[in-house]
Amino acid sequence: MTYLISRLWTLSIVGCLIPFLWLIVDITFDNLGSNPIQELHIRLGDWSLRFLWITLAITPIQTITKWRGMTDYRQLFGLCAFFYATLHVLGYLVVDHYFQWRIIGIDILESSYIWFGIIAYFITLLLALSSPKWAKKRLGKTWKKLHRFIYIAACAAIMHYFWQLKGNLADPLFYLLVIFILLGFRGLVWLKDRQLAQLMLPKSTK
Amino acid sequence: MIIKTTKELVASEITDISVFKRRRQIIKAALAAMVAGEFIAPAIAANNNSNWANLPKSNYADKSLTPTPAGLIKNYTNYYEFAFNKQDSTDLAKNLRTDAWSVEITGEVEKPGHYYLEDILSQQSLQEYIYRFRCVEAWSMVVPWIGFPLADLLKSVQPLSTARFVKFTSVYQPDTMPKQASNQMLEWPYVEGLRIDEAMHPLTILAVGLYGDILPNQNGAPLRLIVPWKYGFKSIKAIVKIELLKRPPITSWNSFAPNEYGFYANVNPDVAHPRWSQNSERQLGSTFFTPRRQTELFNGYGEQVASLYSEMNLRHFF
Ligand code: HEM
Repeated sequence: MTYLISRLWTLSIVGCLIPFLWLIVDITFDNLGSNPIQELHIRLGDWSLRFLWITLAITPIQTITKWRGMTDYRQLFGLCAFFYATLHVLGYLVVDHYFQWRIIGIDILESSYIWFGIIAYFITLLLALSSPKWAKKRLGKTWKKLHRFIYIAACAAIMHYFWQLKGNLADPLFYLLVIFILLGFRGLVWLKDRQLAQLMLPKSTK
Repeated sequence: MIIKTTKELVASEITDISVFKRRRQIIKAALAAMVAGEFIAPAIAANNNSNWANLPKSNYADKSLTPTPAGLIKNYTNYYEFAFNKQDSTDLAKNLRTDAWSVEITGEVEKPGHYYLEDILSQQSLQEYIYRFRCVEAWSMVVPWIGFPLADLLKSVQPLSTARFVKFTSVYQPDTMPKQASNQMLEWPYVEGLRIDEAMHPLTILAVGLYGDILPNQNGAPLRLIVPWKYGFKSIKAIVKIELLKRPPITSWNSFAPNEYGFYANVNPDVAHPRWSQNSERQLGSTFFTPRRQTELFNGYGEQVASLYSEMNLRHFF
């Protein structure tokens, strides 16, 4: 166990890369099924969303285990979600459309599910750009507020998923449920903190 | 029951339906073998050799098209009665029972009745039809179907002048079709429909095979509709009933989401689905870094079918 914990950082990095390596292997051995380009979108989109989950789960885990120092992990997984989202977008622009800008333009204009994807990607891009330590320092309090947008990114990504289906909603609903549980946990902690704060305040200043 | 056709077929023209009968004969022969001993086996083997590999090609089949590899066609198909994803549908469709299949033809016709598929086939001359197939999900393929014009079957039961629409119904087999058993998504059984002129159009066929062999279950065995200028969901699978009607039938996807799936569902790059574009399509079999194909109006069959819709606003009647 201690061995595992001391290696946790390395293991996390490896964990972040496994879906990518797995995808490379499947591409090499032509294992992506009848519509490999769609399967590529699905793999990358799903992993981006899953790493968004993991990122969102870090703060609750920190609260429960009282283990400080998970900030680096949060950053790692967040950047990893961004990495998969970037490959997902590149897959769309390059692997699928091969820079046919006219067709891409029409496709984006007419596909509302992609608009949600763009909102999600735009937010993750902003968060990734503002993730280095120096950016965090410079942004001060704004940083925290800005990075709460990750919940919006996750919800937009789920809308993006939900909006492309023909009516079988089970999978995106599952993703949404997990986001709600994580958000619910944050809400409960916030409520509890507020109550505690009120209890501790002297009555007169209220 | 045997259908009378307007012109008698010479024996050599009549399609070899032994491929179709093969499964039944194997079962029958296996049962017989248990009684009669092993000497029947060579006869079965001989029977297995016949197939539909060398059928004539339809005049309408675009010979310049290269069919999509069979493996892709057979592993990439929606079949919501079985599952909501293509892989599970393909796996579960193996359970479908297709033996002793019969089709009920009723409604505005002179000669309604239940017809065994074998008897229908013995009266039809099968051809190969190489058609583009465009799914509403924006992917497409080129399929060498084996079938016969729907018009030929309809004519043989003599439609009345009051017949203005044709309604098709898929099999209801909840013991093999999990989504029917649990009553999920659509109203089961699946229903599709055509206007009578669409149904009588020579491009519209009933398919019983693909790539020189009987249809795999997941691709619609034993009998499915193919309307190549419409989105794939119009091309109903596993048909058990054909009704000729005075009024338009209520069809499955159209009633599930009327603003998303129209009754006509003609392939049209300029009319987007409310949630995604129909302007381009991913062709199965194309590799990474191959741009999508520009979707064509009526899936490229405009020359043959545009006149059916000359007075219609295609945006309104999507
Ligand atoms: C953070 C940003 C994004 C996330 C997390 C995300 C996630 C996803 C997910 C989960 C899926 C569905 C996978 C499945 O069916 O299991 C998907 C599909 C897809 N996404 Fe995204 N996405 C993002 C941004 C984008 C953007 C910006 C675009 C386009 C410019 C895009 C284009 C697509 C396409 C084309 C599909 C496949 C649709 C199909 O199945 O045909 N995504 N994405």
